[in-house]
Amino acid sequence: MKDNTKRSVIAVGPLHPLQEEMEFFQLTVDGEKVTDIQVRISYNHRGIEKVSETLQFDQIPYLVSRICGICSASHPLAYVQAVEELAGVKVPERALFVRTIINELERIHSHLLWVGLAGHFIGYDTVFMWAWRYREPVLDLLEQITGNRNNYGNVRVGGCREDIPEGMEPKILQELDLIEKKTEMLTKAVLDDPVLHARLKGVGVLTKEDAVRYAVVGPTARASGVDIDVRRDDPYAAYPMLDWKVITQPEGDVFAKAVVRLLETLESIKMVRQAVRRLPKGPIAVEVKDIPPGEGLGHVEAPRGETFHYVRSDGANRPVRHKVRAPSYVNVPSFKASCIGGDIADVTITLAAVDPCYSCTERMAVVDGRGNMVFDFQGLLELSREKTFRIAKQMGRPLLAGVFDGSK
Amino acid sequence: MGWRLWSLKRSVWVYHVNAGACNNCDIEVVDLLTPRFDVERFGIRLVGSPRQADALLVTGVGTRQAIKRLQDAYIQTAKPCLVFCIGACACGCGIFEGAYHVSGPVDQAIKSIDPDAIIAYVPGCPPKPEAIVSGVVKALSVV
Amino acid sequence: MELDLQIVASPINGMITSVRAIRPRRWFIDCPAENVAAVCRFLFDQAKLRFVISTGIDAEDCFEVLHHFCHDPTGSFVTVKVSIPDRTSPQLDSITPFIPAAEWIEREIQDLFGIRFKGHPNPKRLILADDWPEGLYPLRKDYRP
Repeated sequence: MKDNTKRSVIAVGPLHPLQEEMEFFQLTVDGEKVTDIQVRISYNHRGIEKVSETLQFDQIPYLVSRICGICSASHPLAYVQAVEELAGVKVPERALFVRTIINELERIHSHLLWVGLAGHFIGYDTVFMWAWRYREPVLDLLEQITGNRNNYGNVRVGGCREDIPEGMEPKILQELDLIEKKTEMLTKAVLDDPVLHARLKGVGVLTKEDAVRYAVVGPTARASGVDIDVRRDDPYAAYPMLDWKVITQPEGDVFAKAVVRLLETLESIKMVRQAVRRLPKGPIAVEVKDIPPGEGLGHVEAPRGETFHYVRSDGANRPVRHKVRAPSYVNVPSFKASCIGGDIADVTITLAAVDPCYSCTERMAVVDGRGNMVFDFQGLLELSREKTFRIAKQMGRPLLAGVFDGSK
Repeated sequence: MGWRLWSLKRSVWVYHVNAGACNNCDIEVVDLLTPRFDVERFGIRLVGSPRQADALLVTGVGTRQAIKRLQDAYIQTAKPCLVFCIGACACGCGIFEGAYHVSGPVDQAIKSIDPDAIIAYVPGCPPKPEAIVSGVVKALSVV
Repeated sequence: MELDLQIVASPINGMITSVRAIRPRRWFIDCPAENVAAVCRFLFDQAKLRFVISTGIDAEDCFEVLHHFCHDPTGSFVTVKVSIPDRTSPQLDSITPFIPAAEWIEREIQDLFGIRFKGHPNPKRLILADDWPEGLYPLRKDYRP
C-alpha cells in the first residue's frame, strides 16, 4: 500500500463478477478520504433511441424491455403510457391490474436482488444467498404469468399481451405468503442487527438539499426525505385503486436506503395481494390502429425510481423521436455528493446503495491503472468487508464469515 | 496441454465479461451461484480476474467502447480457454444489430485476435440458468 | 389538486412565448433560446419543480431542446421547448450551472446532436466511445454511418 499522505487515484472497476457491468468510477483520495470522483460512461451505450426510430410503435416495447434487465417491466410500461396518452387510448381495467401485478412483482425481486448484493458488499454473504434464494419464487410467478423470468414482453400499446392464467390466483397468493414471511424475517434481521447499524448508519449520506440538486428519484430520494413516488403523484395502472403507502426515511444514509427498500418490498407484496383479489373481469387490451401526430410523456415508478419516456409522432407508424430516461441516469451522479468526504472502505456500499441499474445508464470506461492504482475493485470490496468485520469485533459480535441466522 | 484440458473439464473457473449487455444475462449468470442452481458443486466457479480463468462468460452486443476491453480480457486469460457467448446479444447482436454504437458481435471480435478461439453459444433472452449450465457442460464434453 | 401553470409562471411571462396544456397535467412552455436559462432557473429555484431530463430533437428545419420538469404534488410535466434554427453551429445556454442534475444530459445531447451548451462546467464527451469520430452526430436525421 502506497504512502497514505499522498493524493492518489483509485480506479473502481471495471470487471467484478457481482458488479455485472463494466464500470469506471475514478476516485481521488487523500489518505483514506475520497476527495473527487470522475465518471466515464459509454460501455453499455447501444444507441437504443436511434434504433427506436427504425421500429414501429408496436415493436418498441420489445426493444425497451431490453434497456435494462431488472427494469424490464418499467420501461415498456412508461413507453406505452406515453403513446397511449398521445393517441387517447383508454386501457381496459383488467389490463391496468395485470400491469400493476407484474410491475410490483418486479419491484419485489429487484429489491431482493439489491439486498443480496449489498449484503455481499459488506461481507454478509449469507444475506446474498438468502435474498437471491427468495427472489426465485417471484421469478417463477412471473414466468408462469408471462412466459419468461425476465423480459416479460407483456405490455403493448392498448393493454397487455398475456393475461393471468385462469385459476392461478390462489397459487399467486400462496407464493406471496411465503415471500412475505421470508422478507419479514430478512427485514427484521437487518433492522435489528447492531453491526449493520454501526456499519451503515451515517455512511454515504445524501442530504435532502443534494437530493433535490441532483434531482434524484426512487428509494435514493425517499431515503433522503424527498417524498416523491410516481405511483401516487401521477397515478397510473391500478395504483389509485389500491390501498398502500409511500415509504420515506429522513437520514439519507445507506441504512435508510436499505430500510426504504425492505419496507417497500413488504408494501409491494400487499399491493399484489390486493390486485390479485380485486382483479376485474374483462378484456386485457383494446386494438389501436393509428398513432396520430403529437407528443406523449409517460413515467412509472420503477424499482430504482422514475422511468421517463417521451414520444413524438408525426402520424407515421414509427416515432419521430423517442427519448428514454432511466432512474439511474439522475441517481448515479449523486454518488459524487454522497461519496466525497467519506472513507474509501465505504465507496462500494455507497454506490450500491444508489442501486445503479448500470445498463440503464451505462457505465463506462476502462481504467488504466498504470502507476496510479492503489486499489482495484476487488481491493475495495475487501476493504469494505474488513471494515464490517472490524466493527463487529469491536462490538464483541464477531461475524462468522457473514453468518446470518434466518431462523430467528 | 492435455493435462490442462483434463483439469479444466473437472473444474471450470469462469470470468464474466459484460460487453454491453442489459443485465438480464448477467444476473442469470450470477444466479448460478445461488442455492437453487449452486454451480459450485459442479466445479464451476466465478473468479475475479481473467488471469485466474479457464473460460469467459461473455454477455452483451459488443459496444464500440467495450470491444477492446473484451479482447484484453481474452488475451489475459490463459489458453486453452473457452469463450461462452451467453444470450441473444452475445450470439449475434440480437435486436441491436446495426445500431451505431455496436461493434459486435463478440465472437467476431474474439476471432479477429485469435482465429482458433473456441467459442460456444448459449442463446436466449436471457437464457435460463439451467440453459447456461447445460451449455457449459455440453461444451466441456466435446472439447 | 391541479397545477395552473398560467398562474405559477406569471413572473416569467415577459420571457416566454406561450404557456399551454396539451392535455391535463401536460404543460408546455415555448421559450426563445436566449431566455432558456432564466426560465429554467425560475422553474427550478422559484417554482421548485423537479428536473426530469432533457430531450434533443432534430426537427429537420431546426434543432429543438426540450427541458422536462415535473411538479410532483400534482404529477404534472412542464416541458420548456426551445427551438434552435442555426443548424450549422447550434448552441444554447447551459442550465447545469444552477441545475447540477442537467450535467450529464447536456453532455449527451452534445455528443449525439452536436449542440453546444454555453457555460457548461464540464463539456467532456459522455456517452460515445473514446474513438468515435468528432463531428459525427448519430441522432441527427442525416447521420449516415
